[in-house]
Amino acid sequence: MPTASPISRVNDFVIRFANVNGSGSASANEMFARAVMRMGVPVAPRNIFPSNIQGLPTWYEVRVSEAGHLGARGGTDLMVAMNPQTFDRDIAGVEPGGYLFYDSTKPLPPSKFREDITVIGVPLTAICNREYTDARERQLFKNIIYIGALTALLDIDVKVVEQLIGEQYKGKDKLIEPNIKALHIGRDYAVLNLQCPLGIKLKRANAVGDRIFIEGNSAAALGALFGGATVCAWYPITPSSSLADAFTRHCAKFRVDSESKRAKYAIIQAEDELASIGIVIGAGWNGARAFTATSGPGISLMQEFIGLAYFAEIPAVLFDVQRAGPSTGMPTRTQQCDITSCVYASHGDTKHVLLFPDDPSEAFDFSAQAFDLADRLQTPIFVMLDLDIGMNHHLAKPLSWDDARKYDRGKVTTAAELDAGKDFGRYLDVDGDGIPYRTYPGTHPTKGSFFTRGTSHDRYARYTEEGAPYVDNMQRLIRKLETAKDMVPRPLIATAGRPTEYGVLYFGSTAPAMDEAIHMIEARGHALDRMRIRAFPFHSSVNSFVADHDFVFVVEQNRDAQLRSLIVNECGIDPVRLVPILHYDGTPITARFIAKAIGDHLDKLTVKPMKVTS
Amino acid sequence: MTYLAKPKFHHPELPKNALGYTHRDYEGTVSTLCAGCGHDSITAAIIQACFELSIEPHRVAKISGIGCSSKTPTYFLGNSHGFNSVHGRMPAVLTGANLANRDLIYLGVSGDGDSASIGLGQFAHCLRRGVNMVYIVENNGVYGLTKGQFSATADRGSKSKRGFINTDNSIDLVAMALQLGASFVARSFSGDKEQLVPIIKAAIAHRGAAFIDIISPCVAFNNHAGSTKSFDFVREHNEAVSRLDFISSRMPIEVKYAPGTVEVVQQHDGSKLALRKLAADYELHDRTAALGFLQHHAAKGQIVTGLLYVEQEAEDLHAHLRTVNTPLNALGEKELCPGHAALDKFNASLR
Repeated sequence: MPTASPISRVNDFVIRFANVNGSGSASANEMFARAVMRMGVPVAPRNIFPSNIQGLPTWYEVRVSEAGHLGARGGTDLMVAMNPQTFDRDIAGVEPGGYLFYDSTKPLPPSKFREDITVIGVPLTAICNREYTDARERQLFKNIIYIGALTALLDIDVKVVEQLIGEQYKGKDKLIEPNIKALHIGRDYAVLNLQCPLGIKLKRANAVGDRIFIEGNSAAALGALFGGATVCAWYPITPSSSLADAFTRHCAKFRVDSESKRAKYAIIQAEDELASIGIVIGAGWNGARAFTATSGPGISLMQEFIGLAYFAEIPAVLFDVQRAGPSTGMPTRTQQCDITSCVYASHGDTKHVLLFPDDPSEAFDFSAQAFDLADRLQTPIFVMLDLDIGMNHHLAKPLSWDDARKYDRGKVTTAAELDAGKDFGRYLDVDGDGIPYRTYPGTHPTKGSFFTRGTSHDRYARYTEEGAPYVDNMQRLIRKLETAKDMVPRPLIATAGRPTEYGVLYFGSTAPAMDEAIHMIEARGHALDRMRIRAFPFHSSVNSFVADHDFVFVVEQNRDAQLRSLIVNECGIDPVRLVPILHYDGTPITARFIAKAIGDHLDKLTVKPMKVTS
Repeated sequence: MTYLAKPKFHHPELPKNALGYTHRDYEGTVSTLCAGCGHDSITAAIIQACFELSIEPHRVAKISGIGCSSKTPTYFLGNSHGFNSVHGRMPAVLTGANLANRDLIYLGVSGDGDSASIGLGQFAHCLRRGVNMVYIVENNGVYGLTKGQFSATADRGSKSKRGFINTDNSIDLVAMALQLGASFVARSFSGDKEQLVPIIKAAIAHRGAAFIDIISPCVAFNNHAGSTKSFDFVREHNEAVSRLDFISSRMPIEVKYAPGTVEVVQQHDGSKLALRKLAADYELHDRTAALGFLQHHAAKGQIVTGLLYVEQEAEDLHAHLRTVNTPLNALGEKELCPGHAALDKFNASLR
């Protein structure tokens, strides 16, 4: 018996699978997560993988939370330790009173285990060697066998897993039966030899609702498709490649003309990120909706072109699926570390529009909206995803679309308007909102053509090095950004149950952890108003939110407090009033981390001086 | 001086083309390049070619990178949209523009610094992809705007104006274009309008990636003794393989040629190229032979010019991608958005 009493919880635990990359574990583990969802219990899986094809350690963490907490929690209640390389540290990560599941084929000395956890051994290798002769089968079915054992240990309805196997191998039907057999081999072993279920277990619930299970990159790609993107140019880079892959897949499904079988899209895997953004800008200039998907290093490479699109005012959409930098950094780890490099991308005075979705559903919405904003504002729009949102499956609100919605193609002067005598100046601020009119190339035989350039130009797009027209143009670009403030998604505010002097600002993938942490902070006796920032340039409500509180915590996943700097810089706020809460080790931020960091800070603020006794 | 408008009036008797335009309608603003610059002759040749082809000026998109050559699109086709992009990146911008609207004519203008140095990668990849375009390099072997540094097309052993000898090997863009799969490859000389104009016309009529390397002497920095890109040197070492007559699909072949001296090449749009062979052993449809011919003559210090290779049945990038005939920029919600019902079905597949 373990020295700590075993954890006993229903529909509320974290299980972590430790595997070897390339061993086929990913699909088995994902099936496990889907099984939890099918039992009506909210689930949040996270894939922690190396920048490697085969051989290095990989983990798959599944958070099960009937209460609906979908952020990373921290700690592991059940470790499925399938990787000898990481065995020792995997055991060390188990919560006191937790469980260890391991392959007991080869006996291990007691010193390898801990006394305060429950150890469950299943001789997986021995079972596989007995049942299968082919080496690859032994490996692949081992994964299904441990899933089978877990169905018994965690009280998962085996029918649910059987159905998932059927769905997964639909079309490859001869694989269904052997997988189901492997599932039962594992389950039967557990039922016969182990005490089932454990203290942690599942129970059918009805807490998933109509939510869907989707990766952010796939949702963002579908948003681009619904938003009318026809040109995609990209260069492979983790963690954004799956966005372009998903767009390719979605287009093959939704964008092939039913009669001619021809494509209503063009996807180019370019030679590098410079060409990717160049193609996007060429297409945007010529009136198509175009995007690229990349990550931090790609953004660094695209800098010169981004400045061109800003200055020449060409619509473009960039998806930055952020990963840990600087340099090559940690390519398979998550961060929110490209805020500064995107907002001020390129040399000279530039400022760009950034959108910060918090999950796949919002990624879909913002993705489609980005194309309207790009056309309306005639400038690059950055959709800031990260590895956590992009590459993990999330339980998210169903994607929605209003069929009455029309694309906003922005201010485009037509041949008829030119014939009617409209004065066309490409950079003329006709409406006072800083946004000029453009013509598509080929509009009119004699009117409305202009020369697009990255050199300084006057209101009629003519080259000039005179100071006055240059300043006039730069001022208009700032006016345009002011206009953008009321067009981009507004921040969302959640006020505390009682008046408080303290607030917190956060954005993107921090949202689920923050929403959970707020309960933990409240349990410590503190009240906190929350604002989730969803775009830059900041809406005026960001200024007033900070003004309304003595201190505002700014929670983000980078070292340098990039969002906080942006608020200080762009809103003219005294930095003392913004307290940075920073998490940047490459793992997704957790509720426990936020609650402790903010809770400890607030504890200090609320200390009352002791009474002096004489 | 930042911008010079050209006077609009012209002689009433100026010849008009099939659309009723005079060549003045194909001009741009006044050139700000040096007097005598080879690039201005190329500008004149482009104007002439477009005028003679009766192209509607606004159906052309002219795209360039950075440098003296990349400035020239302002000097021709004033009624066309132009895009002076960033250094070495014309090919990507042109590729994107072409994807957006397959119906326009794409004229990419670049230089030897723009294409052979900073933009060598993009040069290569847009040719590989078969983007339907005319890609012109105005090649003077030197960086003019930054005052006379060697470019990557400067021949080894040639001398700069300041007296330095180039010790690096040169890049032959024509040889590269042949190797990379360009389906129309030519080299010409800015000082030979008779040769250049028909080549530009033929390149415009060609469907696929058409590449023209035009040796264009820099009068300010590369026209001295010891340069291999000077007017004198190119005239003395020019080895023209053919003379080309371009015959548009609307025109019957009027010129009579002596049998056996002319090869007629049919292009996909019905136009014909009549080639008067000057080098008897030259084979126009053989990449390998063209490469060998080029290298053989280069070793002798000769500059091979003329239409060097053409693939009659070339396919372009849109054919590879199987895109619809309607330009992508003309598709709206109806064609592009699957709508609410399809999305609901998609949602259902994710539960």
